[in-house]
Amino acid sequence: MTHLELAADHGRMVEAENLASSPLAIRGLTVSYGEKPAIFSVDATFEDGSMTAIIGPNGAGKSTLLKAALGVVRPLSGRVTVYGGPLEGARGRIAYVPQRASVDWDFPARVIDVVLMGLYRELGLLARVTGRHRSRAMDCLARVGMENFAHRQIGKLSGGQQQRVFLARALAQDADLYLLDEPFAGVDAATEKAIIDVLKALNAGGKTVVAVHHDLATVTEYFDRVFLINVRKVGEGPVESTFTGEALQKAYGGRLAVTQIDGLALGAV
Amino acid sequence: MLFEALTLQLGYNATLVAVGAALLGVAAGVTGTFLFLRKRALVADAISHATLPGVGLAFIVMVLAGGDGRNLAGLMAGSALTAWGGLICVQAITRRTRLSEDAAIGAVLSVFFGAGIVLLTVIQTMSSGRQAGLDGLLLGSTAGMLRQDALMIAAGGALTLALVLILRRAMILVAFDSEYARSIGLRPDRVDMMTMLLVLAVTVVGLKIVGLILIVALLIIPPVTARFWTERSTRVAAYAGVVGGVSGYVGAALSASAPAMPTGPIIVLTCFVLFLLSLLLAPERGLLAAWLRHRRFQERVHIRQGLLALAQGQEVYEPLTIRLLVRKGLARRDGVPTEAGRARAAKALRDEHRWQALHGLAEYEAISGLYDGLRDIETVLTADQIDELDAVLGGPREVTP
Repeated sequence: MTHLELAADHGRMVEAENLASSPLAIRGLTVSYGEKPAIFSVDATFEDGSMTAIIGPNGAGKSTLLKAALGVVRPLSGRVTVYGGPLEGARGRIAYVPQRASVDWDFPARVIDVVLMGLYRELGLLARVTGRHRSRAMDCLARVGMENFAHRQIGKLSGGQQQRVFLARALAQDADLYLLDEPFAGVDAATEKAIIDVLKALNAGGKTVVAVHHDLATVTEYFDRVFLINVRKVGEGPVESTFTGEALQKAYGGRLAVTQIDGLALGAV
Repeated sequence: MLFEALTLQLGYNATLVAVGAALLGVAAGVTGTFLFLRKRALVADAISHATLPGVGLAFIVMVLAGGDGRNLAGLMAGSALTAWGGLICVQAITRRTRLSEDAAIGAVLSVFFGAGIVLLTVIQTMSSGRQAGLDGLLLGSTAGMLRQDALMIAAGGALTLALVLILRRAMILVAFDSEYARSIGLRPDRVDMMTMLLVLAVTVVGLKIVGLILIVALLIIPPVTARFWTERSTRVAAYAGVVGGVSGYVGAALSASAPAMPTGPIIVLTCFVLFLLSLLLAPERGLLAAWLRHRRFQERVHIRQGLLALAQGQEVYEPLTIRLLVRKGLARRDGVPTEAGRARAAKALRDEHRWQALHGLAEYEAISGLYDGLRDIETVLTADQIDELDAVLGGPREVTP
């Protein structure tokens, strides 16, 4: 073997290790609505047991990245592995929390009905919902502070309460990897606190949390890793070394004033 | 006559029709619920109109093969085939072009229906086609319904209903949140396809009794009616089954109780009456309830505004406000507050000040967001908290009339 071949071989081994140990690894993922790529050739390796924020400007493809990783939208090219294997075999280990605005809240359902949807994989088409299932759903509601709303129609909840119900549905899945799309968008302060407490507790229990996040001011407080994206990947790594003024400037371009960045990022002084 | 019809005493044919229509109504109402929840009610229109060319083709094929062109099973098979073709066209147009689904539905519906009418006209000119009576399938015609027809409708309806019950959980999940459904491994496109095939089955089963033009009504009006009465999707489906079944039964009986009453349209009109009653009278979602709620809210606003005006010594001009204050014994007709009115006015103003004080306090941020100008402060704060606030505000002040 030549020196170059050895190096390439080593590269392949490292890559294989990365894929095997990562709850969610994405390689060369491109998604396009029409003929303009929403994300272009994105690589991402989310670390086991980490709490990662996906950050980028509006239209940067943050939500698209999550949806493509889950097969909700079909990518043009690229590969997704979940815990080292194909996505379809690992769906039971993933819980997804979509954007609140993506559903019609006037749908005829009560809070508990939505949480019970999280048990679908367990129940399948025919199994009856028993008291045991209901009490599990109630536990999940209690974890987000919504146990008193179980029989309320979902349309009568505030935005923050709706977001908490979505989180409770994900909790019911008892997954290992949690993917959340803007869980803090448009919620009240009490809800934000309730949600971050739940996520931190999950993370402390060894679960992996990946959230699309829009509020740069809370990144360092909430997350230990960041993934910066603006159609292409801009950066990926621990908050301390990656969430820098330089990287933000690169991701947001002129849309973020330098003074703003100085106030937010760790690296810039 | 109507009583005899409702109690199935109008003879064999009327009984067959009433029972068949009731079963069809249940199947249509329950199946239609999932179409309604998925917000794709119009697809049923495309499916039903696309049955017509199939009816014509099946007739021609059966006659050419030397059989009876009016055989219901054959006609149903033919109609299912072109309805499926229509459904595929709608999906292909929506998926492969930039046209939206409603445009695709409009195009498919009219083209297939047009082709069907041409075929029926051709059949009219065929020697064996004179008395085909195929146009009866447009609006339903139950006059010559056979026992085997009724059995087929009953079996088809029951089978559809069973499949809907099996698939209900998946269909509800996809209807509420298809992205989430995909994330847990369901295939929304396949679930949607199953829903459409079940709708297609109901349409074909319903051809004989309500006809292809009106079957959409029996798919959609029952769930819309049921929605007024419940906030749970499984109950919407159950109630829609009841509404559809009652409409089918009562409608068939009504049409049997008088000569030359068309069955399909009477069933649909019966269904519409149930819808109308629900629209008006349902608690919570009905028009009457909404109107009463609005009135009560308006009264609260007027009384609050009136009290605040009185508390600040302003004159109340609005006649409705004065009327309401007088009715509650808070003011006299000339706008002067009564004793009780002065007390309530002082309390209202005090509450207003308390809310304002609350607004600046960080620990009350969540509660402060509840401010709507109407709420009594005791409904959101404990007595201790109110005392605390009052300490900030200073003692109560006398309101001078």
